[in-house]
Amino acid sequence: MVSARSVSVGPSSLSYTDLPWIIQHREDRCTLCGRCTAVCPKEAIYLAYRRQRMPKLDVLKKARGNEYRTFVGIRQKTSMANACIGCSMCAMVCPNEAIMPVPNTNEHRTLFFHNQKGQPQTRGGRRNISGPNLLDRIMFDRISMLTDPALDAGRHEFNLTTTLGRVLSPEEFLKRTAGGGWIPPTREIFPFVIGSMSFGALSPNMWLGLLQGVAYCNEVLGIPVVMCTGEGGCPPWILKSPYLKYIVLQIASGYFGWDEIIRAIPEMQCDPAAIEIKYGQGAKPGDGGLLMWFKVSKLIARLRGVPEGVDLPSPPVHQTLYSIEESVMKMIQTMSTAFGHKVPVYPKISASTSAKSVLNNLVRNPYAGGLLIDGIDGGTGAAYNVSMDATGHPIASSVRECYLDLVAQGKQNEIPIFAAGGIGKNGNVTQNGMALIMLGASGVHIGKYIMQAAAGCLGNEKNRCNVCNLGICPKGITSQNPKLYRRLDPDLVAERVSEVFMSISTEMKKIMAPLGRCQSLPVGMSDALGISDKDAAERLGIRYVC
Amino acid sequence: MCRLALKTANEPFSPYEVLTAMEAMKEGYDGSGLGLLLRGLHFENFRYNPQHPVLSGIAHSEAAWQRLNAIMEQRGYELEYDHKFETLPTLIEAKDRYRYFLRIYKMPTAFGAKNEAEIEDELMFTRLCLRANGEENGNDLTVFSFWPDVAIIKEVGWPLEIGNALTLHDNRITSRICMAQGRQNTNYGINLYACHPFFIQGIATMTNGENTAFVPIRDWLLGKHFPGYTGYQSDSEVFAHILHYTLKQLKLPLQAYKHIITPLKNAELDQHPQGVFLKGLRDVCRRLIIDGPNAIIGSLPDESCLLVMDQKKMRPSTVGGRDGVWAFASEMCGVAAMIPDRDPANDFQPMREHTIIVPPDRKELTIWSQLDPYPLAQVA
Repeated sequence: MVSARSVSVGPSSLSYTDLPWIIQHREDRCTLCGRCTAVCPKEAIYLAYRRQRMPKLDVLKKARGNEYRTFVGIRQKTSMANACIGCSMCAMVCPNEAIMPVPNTNEHRTLFFHNQKGQPQTRGGRRNISGPNLLDRIMFDRISMLTDPALDAGRHEFNLTTTLGRVLSPEEFLKRTAGGGWIPPTREIFPFVIGSMSFGALSPNMWLGLLQGVAYCNEVLGIPVVMCTGEGGCPPWILKSPYLKYIVLQIASGYFGWDEIIRAIPEMQCDPAAIEIKYGQGAKPGDGGLLMWFKVSKLIARLRGVPEGVDLPSPPVHQTLYSIEESVMKMIQTMSTAFGHKVPVYPKISASTSAKSVLNNLVRNPYAGGLLIDGIDGGTGAAYNVSMDATGHPIASSVRECYLDLVAQGKQNEIPIFAAGGIGKNGNVTQNGMALIMLGASGVHIGKYIMQAAAGCLGNEKNRCNVCNLGICPKGITSQNPKLYRRLDPDLVAERVSEVFMSISTEMKKIMAPLGRCQSLPVGMSDALGISDKDAAERLGIRYVC
Repeated sequence: MCRLALKTANEPFSPYEVLTAMEAMKEGYDGSGLGLLLRGLHFENFRYNPQHPVLSGIAHSEAAWQRLNAIMEQRGYELEYDHKFETLPTLIEAKDRYRYFLRIYKMPTAFGAKNEAEIEDELMFTRLCLRANGEENGNDLTVFSFWPDVAIIKEVGWPLEIGNALTLHDNRITSRICMAQGRQNTNYGINLYACHPFFIQGIATMTNGENTAFVPIRDWLLGKHFPGYTGYQSDSEVFAHILHYTLKQLKLPLQAYKHIITPLKNAELDQHPQGVFLKGLRDVCRRLIIDGPNAIIGSLPDESCLLVMDQKKMRPSTVGGRDGVWAFASEMCGVAAMIPDRDPANDFQPMREHTIIVPPDRKELTIWSQLDPYPLAQVA
């Protein structure tokens, strides 16, 4: 046995089998074209020259010696900074199928080294818990067949829209109609909203593709989809375009981009769909937005009104506000006034055991146009792993609790609740969304699902990829590096967006038709839901089935 | 699916006529119940003052009967006439029917100082009080209505057999309006309170088909905390309550009912002269949008009768008749059985946008379309 000192081993030394992904490379197929090493976002692989000793023994001559051969091949780096993230871009570009990452099925050691230089793990993506979630397990079990036959999803007319914005009580509406009072603005929108992902978090091509897709859904397909900007402003050409009506503008604690927005108000051709005030985010409750310096390009710096190449952390809270009451009074009212009381303004909060108190405050504020609650499974472009994995509250019971609270007050039609966080996490986007709608949400926001479905985001809950925070997105979805984001064709993203919403709309009909519903979105139709988990059934007030 | 029949005539007629019409439509029900509402009452042995309230229901025991008398006395009502049905109990499935009652009371003298709304509330509270009393005592007292000029009978079984059991063919009680519904909503438990027609403060409706939007509508109505919005043993009860809410709480004209339960589509509202108002009305009453039933047939205190279809209009209902007598039925054969001597060419099957009204004078039908201008006074 050799002495320890002769082998280079330190506490953080790792081998291939310690990494979450192991590169499998077939030298017999490799053409040494170098595409894999060029495309790898982590520089996890490199082309290496190796020497192999070939012992040579000539028995007759009683001579011993060595021959050496050299060969080239792809090797994997084992440092944490260069650990393979399993994105498979190498496999995608290889002309000869010579290389691919293979998930390490053994326990891997990198879990213990995500804290190098004292810096805990930060990443993009969402809570790394895989497998069916609660929403996936909900069944629509109240099939209409006794006195009414189930409807025909292909033949009947379905009303799939929902209301965004404050709705008055019928009595107050009639009073104000008669007296010429203010009727709060509302929007009829598709209940699946593209959730807030900022211009900055997303690449320009991704943003353009989403917007093109949304415009196509509205203007050609007749599906009134809206999308939210996230914090970080909105490109001026959009602010002054007729497409602004499909955009929900978000204001968050960093107020990034709002100079541009406020200055553009006089030149706006139409009103935005709504204003979202972000107080919290499901992926990282109590944390502000974060755009790391890698992603603060010239364009982003201009949009946000900041210097290039600096970290842009938003404070965890709005600095001028000390309570939800104050924020409701100041911000909601101010934003409503800024847009002439013609645009719904609603807050976004992270799901929490205290969500109800926020809701009850909003109920009493005539300017509040709804409440968006974001659950623990929500995605983000950048956050601490511990925030993502362990902090927050699941969306289902939070929404249900808030809805039932409104029901008890008879206010469920007045403040629409929107739900977000993990919808479509396992691909069941319509099923997840409709389950939340029947639990009481007026609609849902989807972000990560859209990145995955419309742009091919590779991230998953086994921590594959999830490097959105580093600006090295191999698909060019969350990068500000032109070399990367040019990989993403906005036209193809737009095509996928329209395919996704066409399909959601058909699946909604396929869910609603057997339940005998087509006239209105089945908000709060909890009698249609069942779950084979007694505790969950009891907590959500739905039927236990087995 | 439930079968519905309503007949309205200037001359009082026997409810048995409507039961025979139910017999014509019997393929569609399963004998799980009958609900019968009579309005515009006429008694053979009693000269009835139509201002006086009629209490109808079933006492299931002598104790319940005594409690009923005590409560009515305590609330100051004086019994004026007690209509005793000639009953043949062997024809009734249930064995715990002590007494079917239909009793006319004089209002307490203290009511002289009350306005109309207060009296209406008091009558409703009395009904709810009796109902609650029955529920507290093992459901031994069932009260269907307490209202001037309205009587309701509900029972489990085949309609004609129930009519025979109560000898409704003896002409001792007749009415100008009779609403009948066969088959309970068996989606939920069989319960006397689950029989249509449903009644609240003079407003009655009955429905065929399943209202799949029941739970969200019920939840919203319960949130109004109006004492009469209770019960909900049937998913169809909400239609009566929505009509009540429209007319009595919002004080909107009858045209608004259809706009609330089945609003026009966006594209239609964009073209509508009062589209902005109607879109607003749709939004504020969004939780009252119905889904599923085919026909809602109703009658109002002024003896107007109405018929509306669900937006999908899966099974068209028919209205037919002539000057002085009209019939609504869920099936054409039902209209034919009630008024054979009419011109069937003039029968009308409403479309999704129509509200059919037979006004109290019963001269001709009124057909309102949602696409027509809405009464302007309400919008201004």
